[in-house]
Amino acid sequence: MNAGIKTLKIDGRDVSARADQTILEVARENGIFVPSLCYLEGLSPVGACRLCLVEVKGASRLLPSCVTRVEEGMEVTTRSERLERYRRMILELLFSERNHICSVCVSNGHCELQSLAEKLLLTHVHFPYRYPRLPVDASHPRFVADHNRCILCTRCVRVCDEIEGAHTWDVMGRGIEARVITDLNQPWGDSESCTSCGKCVHVCPTGALSEKGRSVAEMAKRRQFLPYLTMMRTQR
Amino acid sequence: MSQRRIVIDPVTRIEGHARISLFLDENGQVRDARLHVTQFRAFEKLCEGRPFTEMPSLMARICGICPVSHLIASAKACDQILGTRIPPAAVQLRRVLNLAQLVQSHALNFFHLSAPDLLLGMDGDPARRNLFGLIESHPQMARDGIRLRQFGQQIIERLAGKRIHPAWVVAGGVSEPMTAEARDAILAGIPEAMTIVQRTLGWFKNAMDNFREEAAAFANFPTFFLGLVGPDGELEHYDGRIRVVDAAGRVVADNLPPERYRDYIGEAVEPDSYLKSPYYKPEGYPDGIYRVGPLARLNLADRCGTHAADQEWAEFRQLERGAVLSSFYYHYARLIEILYALERIEQILQDQQILSRHVRAHATANHPEGIGVAEAPRGTLIHHYRVDEAGVIQWANLIIATGHNNLAMNRGILQAARRFVHGDRLSEGALNRVEAVIRAFDPCLSCSTHAAGRMPLIVELRGPEGELLDEVKRAG
Repeated sequence: MNAGIKTLKIDGRDVSARADQTILEVARENGIFVPSLCYLEGLSPVGACRLCLVEVKGASRLLPSCVTRVEEGMEVTTRSERLERYRRMILELLFSERNHICSVCVSNGHCELQSLAEKLLLTHVHFPYRYPRLPVDASHPRFVADHNRCILCTRCVRVCDEIEGAHTWDVMGRGIEARVITDLNQPWGDSESCTSCGKCVHVCPTGALSEKGRSVAEMAKRRQFLPYLTMMRTQR
Repeated sequence: MSQRRIVIDPVTRIEGHARISLFLDENGQVRDARLHVTQFRAFEKLCEGRPFTEMPSLMARICGICPVSHLIASAKACDQILGTRIPPAAVQLRRVLNLAQLVQSHALNFFHLSAPDLLLGMDGDPARRNLFGLIESHPQMARDGIRLRQFGQQIIERLAGKRIHPAWVVAGGVSEPMTAEARDAILAGIPEAMTIVQRTLGWFKNAMDNFREEAAAFANFPTFFLGLVGPDGELEHYDGRIRVVDAAGRVVADNLPPERYRDYIGEAVEPDSYLKSPYYKPEGYPDGIYRVGPLARLNLADRCGTHAADQEWAEFRQLERGAVLSSFYYHYARLIEILYALERIEQILQDQQILSRHVRAHATANHPEGIGVAEAPRGTLIHHYRVDEAGVIQWANLIIATGHNNLAMNRGILQAARRFVHGDRLSEGALNRVEAVIRAFDPCLSCSTHAAGRMPLIVELRGPEGELLDEVKRAG
């Protein structure tokens, strides 16, 4: 582990960081808000959702801060009109892609997609909704997977693989046809690898994965366990 | 030109969208009348594939006026899918919520929608014949109406967290117990609400003489009446069994299990309306015409079961020897039901058990089918679901209060049109009386077609060849 210290500027503020840290980690350590959906502390970052894009002086393109290491003398901008426009557009595309009906969703009021939309002042979706016909898998005795609410962040895939070690979840298909699956696309209830630990449910940012029997707005997620689990497994 | 048609489109001061067609014969007399409900929403279809636990909140979105009624009927259907008996406190809390809904909805119809006709006159200036006109001319009455509706809505908010589309009613009970503060706040508001409704009842009974003509011609004909009654024949809005009485007030069927509604209720479909026409099966279609709602409930019950409401009920039933037949008296029945609801809420809240923290039963889908029946402000509401083994909805059927009244509303329009419409032009007063018949039923067309929107009204006058003679439109 490189313990060298780097100094850089984020939004004009001088900050220092360990060389192995990402821009996102350093920004959050310093109380600077950078939106994200696929990133979750305790899981490996994948840079999939693109909401944490930042401007770095000298770089020709925007960089995902969750997978970009800090560098000496870096000048990072986390807030600009261009970034806000892109971030809102990403959210609009997520909303238009599947059926995110907040008012009747189990996670209404506890959803990261919903609260980010509020925070980024999203008022309209300018793209036509696709209204795909997607199934609800309620075959598991304790949990429900509702693909209508999934944003393909793959937190469930990573927590199941990296923390639980079961690797029940994965992704099938490409592009807009992509979908998270259990085992080899079998009903969740028939999965032999699933340990029913429920970690996937609690890391899911939306109502896509929920506990069975929860009514509308009742599915609040508890994620505090994750950093502790990671710490106990890697730093003991 | 021998036969013509008048169209009233849209109908105003009701919930939803509709059009009325009046068909005239050679002599300019009204031959037939039809209410067309012109909206379509397909809630029964779009819930397919959703987990049943989502149904109460999903179905509540049918309507913003009476989401609570849908919550209750839907949750009762879900209870059956669970196969549990829900905790007693949950039953009572749902009951209070349902009665609060009745208070606010009845107040909305009586004061906001119908009082302008009753106080400013059926022939009054249409620009002033609305709530704002009422505020100018009868400020006390307008204030009373707003206050009473607010009281009902506040009970809903105190129990369920918000006034419209709360998610508090769930499969297996309710999600949170009641707090002592909420109970005390509700109880503290009851005396004022009682004063308002008693003052209004007094006024209505005095004013009834001015509306003799309307009472005589507003859907005043023999029909059956259908609805829930309690175990001792008392007024009941949450549980109970179905009773049917005829126009003479005789009980023709009693103790019918609500879950077996398909044995005694048929649903006919007419080509010119999105609203189905339910009928009482043993009498066939369309002779099995029946009415539901406040008028029906007071005709069905042997008594209300609370002190002040029982006295008013007895006086009400003196109006006629058998059942009270004129739909004009829906207004009267609504006021008596508000009185009953307030008394009943007070009774329930005085029981210490209401604060029990055990308000929810937990189970998974144990039965493939569930049927929930409750009395909504407008009448008997039926939610019927089928689920697969995982609890995912496969099929749903709803019969909404307004739907039950469809046949009677059509016949009521015909009766009023025959009495008040003459020739091929529509006078403003005649038009308003035809609309007022519909308003007396307090239809919620948003609910009954499970459709959304305000309710503007259009009346068309059509000749024998179907040609349009006259048309009157009003914005909603």
